[in-house]
Amino acid sequence: MHSFGYRLNALLTFAVTILALMCAMGSLSDNLNTPSPSAEIQIMNINWFQKQPQGNDEVSLTMNISADLQSLFTWNTKQVFIFVAAEYETPKNSLNQVSLWDAIIPAKEHAKFWIHTSNKYRFVDQGNNLRGKKFNLTLHWHVMPKTGKMFADKLVMTGYSLPEEYR
Amino acid sequence: MKSTQIRQFLYQAVSLGMIIASALMVWKGLICITGSESPVVVVLTGSMEPGFKRGDILFLYMSKDPIRAGEIVVFNDGRKVPIVHRVIEVHERRDTREADILTKGDANDMDDRVLYTSSQHWLQQKYIKGRAVGTYF
Repeated sequence: MHSFGYRLNALLTFAVTILALMCAMGSLSDNLNTPSPSAEIQIMNINWFQKQPQGNDEVSLTMNISADLQSLFTWNTKQVFIFVAAEYETPKNSLNQVSLWDAIIPAKEHAKFWIHTSNKYRFVDQGNNLRGKKFNLTLHWHVMPKTGKMFADKLVMTGYSLPEEYR
Repeated sequence: MKSTQIRQFLYQAVSLGMIIASALMVWKGLICITGSESPVVVVLTGSMEPGFKRGDILFLYMSKDPIRAGEIVVFNDGRKVPIVHRVIEVHERRDTREADILTKGDANDMDDRVLYTSSQHWLQQKYIKGRAVGTYF
């Protein structure tokens, strides 16, 4: 009952339990943080807007994205993954979410930024419903912790629309 | 063999059996609670770096909520090894409420279309086995 093996086993079990408890407490501490992020997206230009050979609409646009996400960071934050998605509906689909751009923010210092970029990922519809389409641009953020629960939220910006004609 | 020796041996055998049985119960219980076939997974590739590195442990949870862009999901469309990647496109049909999904690893430049078995353009919702909800250290 007091051999080396038993003692080592007891010690290891205790250590793992304490580690799990500390990780859980660390994760819970994230709930104390009340984030207040802000963002703004402007569409500077519709570069082109075509129907592909397969029949799907595709659009290329240039955006100005500015955001202040510093309040999302806690001591337990490993990184924040953000992406901008165009969200709209079509006759066939009740919801379409297409990610246009994403980035990884590794630290609080980089969380207040301004970027001028064209869409990183192709904005292609399932069909040809995009002419004159009204859509939202939603900035999503996913906070990935050093340990524990991940949480995510978003900021919906409405009022964007695509041209009536291809160009 | 003396009866005390036999008794000791049987006692140890039963204790071992109890430990294995309770571990199995905890595992199966977790499968029930999280609704996922494998509630805890180990990240196998570096395609989600720097967020998840090879060897990281992920906790999964599967709810009936519809899949939305940005979620980190584990999917297995008949491959040997399930993949943990992020959803970047969702097209949800009005009539069936089923969704066509496109995934991509954070560290990859290309989306996962080339990986989908049966050369499908979209991942079906039924292949998603769970959502990553947390990480352990």
